[in-house]
Amino acid sequence: MQAPTATYSFSEDLEAPLAPRKTRVQEAWGMLRSNKLAFTGLVIFLIFFVIAVLGVFLTSGTNPVFDPAMVRLQEKLRPPLSRPRVEVLSPEQVPTLGIYLFGTDDLGRDVFSRMLQGAWVSLTVGFVAVGISVLIGIFMGGLAGYYGNAFVNSGHISCVILMSLTGIFLYLGLPLFSLFSAFAFAIVCYLSIKQVAPLSIPIMSIDTLIMRIVDIMLCFPSFFLILTVVALLPASMYNIMIVIGLTSWMGAARFVRAEFLSLREQDFVMAAKALGLRDLRIIFRHMMPNALGPVLVSATIGIASAILTEAGLSFLGFGVPPPHATWGNILSDGKRFIFDAPWLTFVPGIAILIVVLAFNLFGEGLRDILNPKLRERSI
Amino acid sequence: MLSFIARSAVQKTITLFFVSIVSFLIIHLAPGKPSQVNPLNPKFTPELVERFRKAFHLDEPLYRQYVYFYRDLLTGKIVSWKDSRPVLKKIWDRFLNSLPLFIVGTLLTWTLSFPLGIRSAIYRGGIYDRTVTFFSYLLISIPGFFFAYVLIIFVVTRFHVPVIGMETFGLGGGSWPPMIMDRIWHLLLPSVLGATGGIAVLSRYVRSQMLEVEGQDYIRTAHAKGLHPDQVHYKHALRNALLPFVTMFGLILPGLIGGSVIIESIFSWPGMGRMAYEAILARDYPVILTVNFVSAVLVLAGTFISDVLYMVADPRIKL
Repeated sequence: MQAPTATYSFSEDLEAPLAPRKTRVQEAWGMLRSNKLAFTGLVIFLIFFVIAVLGVFLTSGTNPVFDPAMVRLQEKLRPPLSRPRVEVLSPEQVPTLGIYLFGTDDLGRDVFSRMLQGAWVSLTVGFVAVGISVLIGIFMGGLAGYYGNAFVNSGHISCVILMSLTGIFLYLGLPLFSLFSAFAFAIVCYLSIKQVAPLSIPIMSIDTLIMRIVDIMLCFPSFFLILTVVALLPASMYNIMIVIGLTSWMGAARFVRAEFLSLREQDFVMAAKALGLRDLRIIFRHMMPNALGPVLVSATIGIASAILTEAGLSFLGFGVPPPHATWGNILSDGKRFIFDAPWLTFVPGIAILIVVLAFNLFGEGLRDILNPKLRERSI
Repeated sequence: MLSFIARSAVQKTITLFFVSIVSFLIIHLAPGKPSQVNPLNPKFTPELVERFRKAFHLDEPLYRQYVYFYRDLLTGKIVSWKDSRPVLKKIWDRFLNSLPLFIVGTLLTWTLSFPLGIRSAIYRGGIYDRTVTFFSYLLISIPGFFFAYVLIIFVVTRFHVPVIGMETFGLGGGSWPPMIMDRIWHLLLPSVLGATGGIAVLSRYVRSQMLEVEGQDYIRTAHAKGLHPDQVHYKHALRNALLPFVTMFGLILPGLIGGSVIIESIFSWPGMGRMAYEAILARDYPVILTVNFVSAVLVLAGTFISDVLYMVADPRIKL
């Protein structure tokens, strides 16, 4: 490295803007590079992402490159890396790679193609479920943290009761009752906006209300609840995503609430309020970026656990209906052959393990990167 | 203290009431009817369905079903729709089967994760710490059902012992030692599997608590005045790091009932999780709802116990 030469004058140096030498993103990138485990996690995640997206294109359509549903009964339970016996196969049955990379299953389907198809399920379930839970969590936590001191009064509660009555009557097919309660709803809303005496008795603060809802949700045994709902609903990938999302938002809500409670008292929020900014702008432009750190960490780890939950459900036989492959149901189909065809257990099992491990490691690394104490130490 | 107990009792009763409503609604508003469990069964005539609906109040409005159900549950008269056996008796039988798994699993978790966590905190950043950290991430990330099969393959091919079920069929009447060994082999795998996740998480938690305490000034003072390192670590640091774990004794209570569906299915272990799974498949609503209710009670009792323990262990805390 060349020694720095004093070519620039002092005045230039002083007049230069005093911005930090590195932006926050550059700094975070540097920390990520130095954290080997987290960086490996990120790389594995990116590879998995590319494979999953490619997998959709390569395994779907009428004439896919890798056909996950091609049944070859002559070629049952061939071990990984074995060559197809071309003499017993018709030309379109020969696997695209010319080799069974991960072997074949009990119907002679190529496990490699099925793994490719299943990658997309794991990826989307992980991301959509966590997306839903983070959105609900941010909404509930933000509400509790920012408007927590406001009170829910008797007017609000009667409005909500009447509104749900309207819905229930409509659902039960009683339009007359429904119309009546809709009318009552309109009147009560009007009166409670006008703050008529019996409708403005404070019951509990919004913060208490939301935290009680969180308490109620935490009482359910989560895997059992998900299993119950998924078993009762028709089998589909979207139901799993929604159910996992709806049952796992409590952590995000708690984190956002805690961050908002401390941010609310800080000077920059006071300044923003003094400037007369709208609440929504204060929340989303000024407070949310500062509150997202812990949410991001818990979301990354949440993706890992959502993938595990989905795999567990597929393993038990719920979720994505059978002809479509998921990593969980490949493993579940293979469990009858664990001694004869262990690759049917090991290939999907190790794939799930690697992906989940990548998300966990990346999440933990992210926690270190976003931790201001560690950041100061590194400079 | 008394006012805290009274307050939280009221609060938890209200929470439990809402939990009961929500779980009831989830089950009953889901598409499909319990009376249509098996439309292909020739014995399931319309008259039978009608009788069935009448016997279990299914022809009444939802709020009345709710009242009937929880009245029966609280008086202990609730029966399963599948075999008309009392649900509480059924759950109790299965609970006794699950109990050994839970006890061995919990013992393994608590006895293994403390030494692991403490040692890796003391030798922070060393090869031991990094190995333990890596393995705990591995154990957190491994899908339980996959790990179960890996262990089954290993144990069966290496030691040639049967592991599925609670005991080997037809071994009864033999001499004592082989029977006890047989029981232990059957118990070992499911409880190790139940403990893996717990060991990984708890040892990380022990490590971070230990690290936090080891950074305190009084630990440096203890080192500086020349105490033996063992005394500093185990007497000064550990005792203060233990505080949060006192509260965790309350939080293991809910583990009694959930979290073992997959493992019990794999090992054909006739425990709680498996019963719940079978009840879900058969749409046996009383059993599903009762399991849900009992586990909600256990969660609430667990948080209550942990709050009380926290107050007892740390006099600074006033709730």
